[in-house]
Formats: sequence, structure tokens, C-alpha cells
Amino acid sequence: MGRENKRHSYRHWFQAAWFALTNGYAVGFLEGKIYRGKTKALCVPGLNCYSCPGALGACPIGALQAVLDSGKFKISCYVFGFLILFGTLLGRFICGWLCPFGLVQDLLHKIPVGRKKKNLPGHRKLIYFKYLVLGLFVIILPMTVAVTVTGTGDPWFCKYICPSGTLLGGIPLITVNPGLRAAIGWLFSWKMFLLILILVLSVRYYRPFCKYLCPLGAIYGWFNPIAYYRMKVDQEACIHCGACHTACGMDIEVWKKPNSVECIRCGDCRAVCPTNAISVSGIPKFKGMVLEKIDKTKKT
Amino acid sequence: MEKTGKKARAAVRLLLVGAAVCLLAAGTARGEVRTVLTKAANICMECIGIG
Repeated sequence: MGRENKRHSYRHWFQAAWFALTNGYAVGFLEGKIYRGKTKALCVPGLNCYSCPGALGACPIGALQAVLDSGKFKISCYVFGFLILFGTLLGRFICGWLCPFGLVQDLLHKIPVGRKKKNLPGHRKLIYFKYLVLGLFVIILPMTVAVTVTGTGDPWFCKYICPSGTLLGGIPLITVNPGLRAAIGWLFSWKMFLLILILVLSVRYYRPFCKYLCPLGAIYGWFNPIAYYRMKVDQEACIHCGACHTACGMDIEVWKKPNSVECIRCGDCRAVCPTNAISVSGIPKFKGMVLEKIDKTKKT
Repeated sequence: MEKTGKKARAAVRLLLVGAAVCLLAAGTARGEVRTVLTKAANICMECIGIG
């Protein structure tokens, strides 16, 4: 097993363990209900639907809309507090390591069917679409469009877009709960269509939802350049071979922009770097090993 | 030059962590926690696609 494969495997186990830890209410999956304890008031870092039967915490994007569409608050200090804290500590490390829907896309992309591609056509422009989703569906529409006489609105992103809610919340609940199954209508069909489309695209393209649609990734991306968890390229050790760019599923020229807003910190670039020039802040690299690798590369 | 950049980044990070803690406290004080808990502790029909 190569270094990159080993790292993939290690990361996927970590993602799965995190999912199990934050979605540990197993009874919910069996009985078609959700956990109702007080930990539900705390946000988890990833896009983890609070209506997933096992969820022990709240999805920050769902919580943000819940506060904004409640008609009681113009802004959510509480949820922005969580987002700023998570973002400053980890940036998009959360996308790569702590998001259940990221894990789903990662695993689907491993299915050996067809030729794998990194990006959808129009990638350079499409990456900005997630900011539109964040602004419009997560903030503006829930805040401004009241749907009841009491002035409460809808969680537009959750209702019309979020595939994580359909996969982790909708499908498990509807499978086990006959009452909910009887209430299925056009909205569920639309959300299933969107989910299937994203899942099918994930088999061929690397993480299309994270790249083009995820509002949480859009927020955490802004923190990448200053977060405590950040990457550094040793320009003396770097031989500009491009191996990091080739390995990067998010299509980042790592030696130029190690802290790009698109980087999900999966670490594939570090695993393939022939000179160990890429390091993570706070984790010192072994200098002797670096020099040895440079020598080896030069000889070959 | 790099040292100055590092110091500036450290200051920004510290400022952001401080701001996050203040926002969390402010949100808690004005009752946002209850709104989040109420939403998260009940099945969100919109989220699961029932409406």
C-alpha cells in the first residue's frame, strides 16, 4: 500500500469514527426517531443534519437558519460564534476530516467505475456558486421571507438543497417511520433527485458538493489562510515537480497556494511530496528525512 | 518580514477566538440556545424533505 493510499485509509477511518461519535444515538435508527437531549443545542463542526436519527448535536447551517428564520433575531451571535471558533482553529480541515457528507463523497469516488475526473466542466466559475448558496439560501431568504403569520420563515437551504439532510435524516427516518412515509410529497422527490444527482456525480468527480454547493465549506474556506491548522511549503526543499497538484482532488497548486480557500486539508499533497516540503503548522518535520529525500530525488 | 506576518496572523487568530467566545456568550444571554435546541430536538420536516 502506497503512502497516499495508507493516508486515505487512515483518514476515512477517522471520518467514520467521528461520524459514529457524533451520531451515537443508535436507538434512533432502529425506532425512527431522533435524539432530544440537551447536547442538541451545541453545534457540531460538519454538515451533519440534526434530524439524522443518531445525531447528538446540531448542524451549524441548520442552526443558523433556525435562528434567522425564527423571526426573533436579526443575526445569530451564537451560531456565528461556533463558526468563527471552528474556522479559526481548523479551517477546512473540518471538510476533509469531520464532515459525514464529505466521507460519503470520498467513498463514492473510490468506486472503480469509469474515468475519474477532478472537476466538473466550468469549474473555475462554478466554485463561486457556493457563496451564492450561502448568501441567498442560508442567510437572505430565511431572514426575509416570512411564511407564517407569526413571522417565521423557512430554512431554505435545508428544505430545497441539503443532500446531507435527505441522506442522513430523511431516508433513515422514512424507512423506519410509517407516519413520515405517508407524508412524502413532491418536495421529497425533488430532494431525492438532487441527492442522487450529487451521489452519481461524486463517483466520477471529486467532492462536487463541497466544491460547488456547500455553504459551510464556503465559510470555513475564508479561515484557511489564518487558521491554527495551516500548511506551509518549504520553498528551499520544494522542487516544483507538481506531484502535489496532481494528487490534489480539489485541484490546488499547493506549492503556490498552500492555504487556498478550496483546500480541505486531506493531506494527499503531503503524502506524495517527494521532498517532504509540505508541513502542517505546529507539526515540525524531520529535517534529516527531508534532505535525504531531496538527495534521492536528485539521483533519480 | 515573515516574522511580522506570523505575529499579525497570531494576533488575528487571537482576536477571532476572543470574538467567537464573546459571540457565544452574547447568543446564550439573549436566548438563541433555546431556539437552536427547540429546532434540533424535533424532527425538522423541511430538512428531511417532507416540508
